[in-house]
Amino acid sequence: MDVEILSRIQFAFTIAFHYIYPPLSIGLGLVMVFMEGMYLRTGKKMYENMTRFWLKIFALTFGIGVATGIVMEFEFGTNWAVYSRYVGDVFGSALAAEGIFAFALESGFLGVLLFGWNRVSKRVHFFSTIMVTLGAMFSAIWIVVANSWQQTPTGFHIVGEGMQARAEITDFWAMVFNPSSVERISHVWLGAFLAGAFLVMSVHAYYILKGRNIELSKKAFGIALKVAVVSSLLQLFTGHQSAEVVAEYQPIKLAAMEGHYDSLSVADLYILGWVDAEKKKTTGLKVPGGLTFMLHQDGETPVQGLNSFPEEDHPDMVNAVFQTYHIMVAIGMFLIGISLFAVFHLYRGTLFEKRWLLRIFVPAVFLPQIANQFGWYTAEMGRQPWVVYGHLRTSDALSETVTANHVAFSLVLFTLVYVLLFGLFIYLLNRKIKHGPDDPELHQHSPRHSQMASSLNQEN
Amino acid sequence: METILGFDYPTLWFFVVGGVFTGYAILDGFDLGAGSLHLFFRKEKSRRIALNAIGPVWDGNEVWLVIGGGALFAGFPIIYANMFSAFYIPFMLFLVMLIFRAIGIEVRSKEENKTWRKFWDVAYSLSSVLIAFLLGVVVGNIIIGIPLDENHLFRGSWLDFLNPYSLLVAITTVALFMMHGAIYLTMKTEDRLYERLTVLVKNSTIFFVMSLVIVTIYTLLYIPHMVDQLSAHPVMFIIPLIMMLAVANITRQISKRKYLYAFLSSAVVISMLLIIVAVELYPTVIFAPNNPENSLTVYNAASSEKSLGIMLTFAAIGVPLVGTYTAFVFYTFRGKVKLDESSY
Repeated sequence: MDVEILSRIQFAFTIAFHYIYPPLSIGLGLVMVFMEGMYLRTGKKMYENMTRFWLKIFALTFGIGVATGIVMEFEFGTNWAVYSRYVGDVFGSALAAEGIFAFALESGFLGVLLFGWNRVSKRVHFFSTIMVTLGAMFSAIWIVVANSWQQTPTGFHIVGEGMQARAEITDFWAMVFNPSSVERISHVWLGAFLAGAFLVMSVHAYYILKGRNIELSKKAFGIALKVAVVSSLLQLFTGHQSAEVVAEYQPIKLAAMEGHYDSLSVADLYILGWVDAEKKKTTGLKVPGGLTFMLHQDGETPVQGLNSFPEEDHPDMVNAVFQTYHIMVAIGMFLIGISLFAVFHLYRGTLFEKRWLLRIFVPAVFLPQIANQFGWYTAEMGRQPWVVYGHLRTSDALSETVTANHVAFSLVLFTLVYVLLFGLFIYLLNRKIKHGPDDPELHQHSPRHSQMASSLNQEN
Repeated sequence: METILGFDYPTLWFFVVGGVFTGYAILDGFDLGAGSLHLFFRKEKSRRIALNAIGPVWDGNEVWLVIGGGALFAGFPIIYANMFSAFYIPFMLFLVMLIFRAIGIEVRSKEENKTWRKFWDVAYSLSSVLIAFLLGVVVGNIIIGIPLDENHLFRGSWLDFLNPYSLLVAITTVALFMMHGAIYLTMKTEDRLYERLTVLVKNSTIFFVMSLVIVTIYTLLYIPHMVDQLSAHPVMFIIPLIMMLAVANITRQISKRKYLYAFLSSAVVISMLLIIVAVELYPTVIFAPNNPENSLTVYNAASSEKSLGIMLTFAAIGVPLVGTYTAFVFYTFRGKVKLDESSY
């Protein structure tokens, strides 16, 4: 394998693995803000225990998120030196802003959040929870701004030629508010809220089914469910807007997402299908005229197909773009359905009797994760063969001095370390879930628990 | 060219990047030092206290590395791109060590099992030493310079980075962080662990002073460009002078058991060492000994003035903010470590 494909695999692997964690930090952060807010409002011990329990899981996801995130920041320079020089003037400022305005905020207050229960007042602790969550959300802003600039670059001009060419910023706010930023940031945030909310619902559905921590779990499930309903519905809206931006600024990507080769006066919408890139043909179940209607709200505006663009500008994996996009949309629809159905029963007071529904919520934790991953695969594979859309090709962006052997070495290294890391994550997550939140009622009855508590005191 | 207080933008950004990396060295320096000393503590409780001494702050400290990386990428993209790809293998090892260290801290106390804890103690401590060591290798190579071609690219093998001088700087860095970390830990501990640390502080200070003397002699004898500015501007002799006084003050404060003052002095030592390197190199950042024309300077590697202006604004707003909440966190967790149910 050559250095380009190895570098692409390494970047894809390290970013995909990393992206399991930040959405959980953002989503869990938001749910914890509500939980702790309830604790402050009601003063009930139950909400404190709930918050403390989720804080432990938050700490775990945050820790792995930071450890794998530092890799990302340096990988631009190590593997994509030409790209780094090309975009540094523009992209670098977004990354620097992320570090100084967002990451410092979240990591600074994280210490108070995790270790400060006995050191600061309840209000200061709550404030720290909000700051950490905001910091995580600000991080997402700058990172998505940087990525959106690569998708729909604005606010810059090109200086120099050939290998010396580079983008220089001309208008900072035009760079920040490039055509796809706002839609994509809100889309990413909502995806993160869903990832967090569904994790909380999954764990508490499991407790209810097992018959433990029932009162606490019902409350926690309710809080997360409300987050999920609002987020999943809004996601429909931001998703649609994102697709419209793609249609306008990256028509080739849209054609790949929808599996259209021929330019048709009225384009159909595939619900599911298979793209044969060799024969340039898509087969599947479709809604006649659906795509034209979705994009233009009429029955006549044509949509351009892949064939109307030079082949060298086509993404190299059209079917993968098509499939990941369609799976993401399908999951999004399912999340709306299940959240609405559940919230309807929550208000009727019959939700927690429906064990079959709770049983669906337990594995449903994977769905937002898959949708988040697949959404990014669509965006990034659909952007190929460009790294900066229309300006710099991925194949021209590599480090001149790095060889395939170097990358093979680091790829093997990262694979080993990340497999270990993922194993640890699952193991510790499982243990924390098995251990569960502290239950005040249990404390009085369980001699083992009080024994543990006293031994802890002795240790101090 | 636009200037503020007589400094042009690339120079000001050089101050920012230098300042952030100095902040990183001071803050993560004591974390890494504490980690390097971890295996010297025998008892389980000692290890937990030592770990929790850095518990609430190590993550925030590491952020300075991330900010520094971002600042370098944004302000001097050519240095960021060319150096990181040149140091590819050492850098990948560095990143993996950072991961191991973070995970070690995070998980070692989450299991009662002795073998588990022993494994993560070793992973944590070893990775701390190696991170300090690799940082030293980078600084060492920056001091002696890196051969660059006319496109400012390094075409040699990464094994070239493991030259005697850089290894010496690397050992000195480990020693410096051990001293710095040991002093920090004495401020956070009591009783027997504290007594043990007072001995470790002395030993690591001796280790550092010896390494520093050898590195200094080596530099004076073999790396002439490291004394150009000092020879040309005798007034700058004040910098090494302050550093030596700070070193002397560390030993003085240690014998008086005033560890806060010792800690501040060792922070001064770290700053002065980095300032000497910066002063001697400026305006060059990466010196190319094969042909000085190929060197990377703050001028030929900088982003546009527009971009630097935007980021100087960021720094002016952001740095005081970061300083404020760093101070808030340190204030919150002041005093001796007390283990509780949320501790590592």
